[in-house]
Amino acid sequence: MKIYADNAATTRMSRAAIDAMMPYIEEYYGNPSSLYSFGQQAKEALESARETVAKCIGAQPREILFTSGGSEADNQAILSAAALGKKAGKTHIISDAIEHHAVLHTLKKLEKEGFEVTYLPVGTDGIVKVEDLEAAIREDTCLVTVMYANNEIGTIQPIKEIGKICREKKILFHTDAVQAVGHIPVNVESEYIDMLSSSAHKFHGPKGVGFLYARKGIRLTNLIEGGAQERGRRAGTENVPGIVAMAAALKESVEKIGENVKHAAALRDKLIAGLAGIPHSALNGDAVKRLPSNVSFCFEGIEGESLLLLLDDKGICASSGSACTSGSLDPSHVLLAIGRVHDVAHGSLRLTLGDDATEEEVDYIIQSVREVVEYLRGFSPVWRDLCAGKTEFIL
Amino acid sequence: MALYSEKVMDHFRNPRNVGVIEDADGVGEVGNAKCGDIMKIYLKIDDDIITDVKFETFGCGSAIASSSMATELIKGKPVAEAMELTNKAVAEALDGLPDYKMHCSVLAEEAIKNALDDYYAKKSQNNN
Repeated sequence: MKIYADNAATTRMSRAAIDAMMPYIEEYYGNPSSLYSFGQQAKEALESARETVAKCIGAQPREILFTSGGSEADNQAILSAAALGKKAGKTHIISDAIEHHAVLHTLKKLEKEGFEVTYLPVGTDGIVKVEDLEAAIREDTCLVTVMYANNEIGTIQPIKEIGKICREKKILFHTDAVQAVGHIPVNVESEYIDMLSSSAHKFHGPKGVGFLYARKGIRLTNLIEGGAQERGRRAGTENVPGIVAMAAALKESVEKIGENVKHAAALRDKLIAGLAGIPHSALNGDAVKRLPSNVSFCFEGIEGESLLLLLDDKGICASSGSACTSGSLDPSHVLLAIGRVHDVAHGSLRLTLGDDATEEEVDYIIQSVREVVEYLRGFSPVWRDLCAGKTEFIL
Repeated sequence: MALYSEKVMDHFRNPRNVGVIEDADGVGEVGNAKCGDIMKIYLKIDDDIITDVKFETFGCGSAIASSSMATELIKGKPVAEAMELTNKAVAEALDGLPDYKMHCSVLAEEAIKNALDDYYAKKSQNNN
């Protein structure tokens, strides 16, 4: 059996996206900036894609800026808000401990430039507390950036509450919604979102394309200088085939969101129940306020990379937050932030199911993980000490 | 390009000398769970010859493969020769390790030296 259970990493392009893209590779390859009709055809496709994308998140077309993906959108949103803040003498930013590195590293850069950043903690449920946000807001706060849903543990943040507070306090609110858009309903208007980042390949679109939503009136800072594309806010000839495909993928994902959420959540809960049957294991993050496709577990006494390699041998593609899979010495900052100690965080496993996942696949995953965890524990000195009572079980 | 060489994957999938020696003449343990790697080596030594060796490892693919290969390299060897084992020899025998995984071979070398130290310590205690 071959099971792709790493849909938070990337997804397969949908047929709708491929079909939408092909004519703009094979036939209508004109440059949207050219004034002849052949170029204008590409321009029309671009603007139609902008309308589609805007509609899917409750925005206006002119509020959508196409980018190379989620990371670029995160960078541009945060740096723009920081530039606006600095102009007004406001250099305090609020974020949280479990953001994606595209956000965290941009904030680090700003800290070096004199900005002060407050990183809100999360509870063991992996969710930011609105009271903590309220307490952190200062006179000089220029931006709040909190992700919509976490990429590792799938927890969904109270975006609407956060947005409302920010709107009342007249503070810009950005959300990295890379894991949410196309998977759960997102509406920038009703959720008081000022800026939002998204990436096409997470919702069955192509890689290398994404978008930034910035509410009308927010002046963006350019990351790329050059031509006047994207209303002068992002230079470079637009990736027309990619953008057209992104719009088609998003439209389809949003149309199917109701049935996809129901289907995925049922399988997710089955998978969680199955894995929870493995002794000394624990689900990471809240069991309910999480993405419908995300399952994240820690297993005591084993290390994540060996778990992944052996699951790969069984045909299962998954990921882990262990240090060995990140190329650093520390396990995932997200797992540490929800209170998992190092020893346990190394034994983490993330499974993110696809829209087309089946019950049989979930059964196979449960059986395979159970076998591999048992096998690895069989020659783990950590497990031996735990069983012998030399050290105490944490999970 | 795969992450690991075929040799590494072979020793990871089919680790040699896995287990425990209850009446070991030398036991060595290095690493800690905080860093994500722990290796434990058990030696049975007769007449200064390593007659049996077993290991237990908590760690990534290359940590398990390094332990397995290191035990193979010292099995049946005189202790003096085992003392000379380097992490480089372990990595080379595995057809190389990615740079950021070289510390796994270092742990394997240290675990074996640790077990040999334990053996020498026990031996001198018995002689006294």
